[in-house]
Amino acid sequence: MKKHGWSGSRVLLYTVLIVGSLFCMFPFYWLVRSSMMDLSQIFLIPPKWIPEPFVLENFFQPFEELSFGRYFVNTFIVVAGTLAGVLLSSTISAYSFARMRWKGRDKVFALLLSSMMLPFAVTLIPSFIGWQALGMVNSYVPLVLPSFFGGGVFNIFLLRQFYMTLPRELDEAVFVDGGNHFTIFTRIILPLSRSAILVIGLFTFLNTWNDFMGPLVYLNDESKFTLAIGLQQFQGIYSAQWGVLMAASLIVVLPAIILFAIGQKYFMEGIALTGIKG
Amino acid sequence: MQSLSSIRKKENGLGWLFAAPAILGFVIFVLGPMIASLWFSLTDYKVASQAHFIGLDNYVHLFDGTDQFFYKSLGVTFYYVFLSVPLQIIVAFFLAILLNQKVKGLAFFRTVFYLPTIVPLIASSMIWMWLFDPDLGLLNVVLRALHLPESQWIYSEGSVVPTLVLMSLWTVGGTMIIFLAGLQDIPRHYYEAIEIDGGNALHKLMYITIPLTSPTIFFNTIMGFIGGFQVFVQPYVMTQGGPNNSSLFYTFYLFREAFTFSNMGYACAIAWVLFIVVLVFTAFLFKTARKWVYYEGGGA
Repeated sequence: MKKHGWSGSRVLLYTVLIVGSLFCMFPFYWLVRSSMMDLSQIFLIPPKWIPEPFVLENFFQPFEELSFGRYFVNTFIVVAGTLAGVLLSSTISAYSFARMRWKGRDKVFALLLSSMMLPFAVTLIPSFIGWQALGMVNSYVPLVLPSFFGGGVFNIFLLRQFYMTLPRELDEAVFVDGGNHFTIFTRIILPLSRSAILVIGLFTFLNTWNDFMGPLVYLNDESKFTLAIGLQQFQGIYSAQWGVLMAASLIVVLPAIILFAIGQKYFMEGIALTGIKG
Repeated sequence: MQSLSSIRKKENGLGWLFAAPAILGFVIFVLGPMIASLWFSLTDYKVASQAHFIGLDNYVHLFDGTDQFFYKSLGVTFYYVFLSVPLQIIVAFFLAILLNQKVKGLAFFRTVFYLPTIVPLIASSMIWMWLFDPDLGLLNVVLRALHLPESQWIYSEGSVVPTLVLMSLWTVGGTMIIFLAGLQDIPRHYYEAIEIDGGNALHKLMYITIPLTSPTIFFNTIMGFIGGFQVFVQPYVMTQGGPNNSSLFYTFYLFREAFTFSNMGYACAIAWVLFIVVLVFTAFLFKTARKWVYYEGGGA
């Protein structure tokens, strides 16, 4: 075996990785830089790399001229509701698919999985018509309630994969002690799968935080907007004020980044956990 | 054991009960809407008035050429999908292979490549719009400084789709991570065997890496196609389908028919055509998969 010196291929390897990293990180840098510049700085050519002076004014405008504070609260309501729904229902349903034996189980599971390939557009319009008939449009119900029904196929799939790695003997031991499936679920499976549940919580938070289509379709009143929709409205009003737009975007991006930084280890584990091997 | 077998018997009912949220969710939010959508696609439902059954008129109208937006949006979407998906797969696979070497700062690179995928699409659309701005955006400023020809990026008919493809490469990290997970499952001794036989890096790639990750390649290709056919936020926020409908993506066209023009019945027909396109594609991929996807357990 060769010893790694700084051979040509190694140099090439690091060059590609570093160039790739720059491509990935540069928009973030440009976002932060531009968000702290006033109009006179931002349109300078050649461009300045560092704001001088740093202007924080841009960050106040979204809160003063549009109700970004309210959008934050609204987004949290939707996120919290969805999280509750997903965590409650996906953990239970996945338990059934992973650790109980019932007729038709695998067929039902395959059916659920296949719905992952269904384009959202097919169900979007009739769902909207349905919610409208129930008078629920312009409320958070259509955004939150579906998460209480299974909490998404992908989450069930991920949890099921994890549950199946836990030894079966645990169940038998509980049965011998006179326990039932509910005891196994709450006393054994849930505590043991804390990390998998955390992964699902993180992904759910991000997906809901980032969701654009749902709020766009279901929310009309400005006072009910989430951040994603609020940001889009902001863009319409401040179309060329790039500094303000970048500040507003940064406000929306930052919570996602912070969450990612905190839960990074779990994100990577979660992806490995799905163990996609066909 | 008496008790165990009686527990197993009870599992039939209990199993359904525990799975009930998911099963109900499927019936209420997937199956029901699908049937409703199929029905609406055979009507002229426009919200303001009652729905009338009109048979296949919506579909005929779509295909007979009177709605030029239908063909336009199909064309735009196919163009995007066939340009972006292969590129994404190749770039993500290539990056994953690099990160599967003994690289210093592996965790750092992984994080950096993955980071763009967690940015809300609405925010990344804004960031890229600013970079693509023809007068003051950084990309053209740099091109100008280098005396290279500038581009109108998302503001010209010819360059808007390739520009969105370029932007889509920014979020290739999600696909890359899945490839990386697949690559890490390949036993090291397979590569060692090739080395002993005097094989080089290309042999390793062709005889070990690609065959053993083919299920992952297959998965990512399918997911890439399904995602690509449904691109919505970028054209909605960045271009409004323009200029001159050159970024009229299929789901944007569908959304416009449904929520701007209230042509709900017609929009359902549009959705079903998309469903069938996706179905035909995945079926085609599954069929060819037998030839090139290798499963260690045998049998595809």
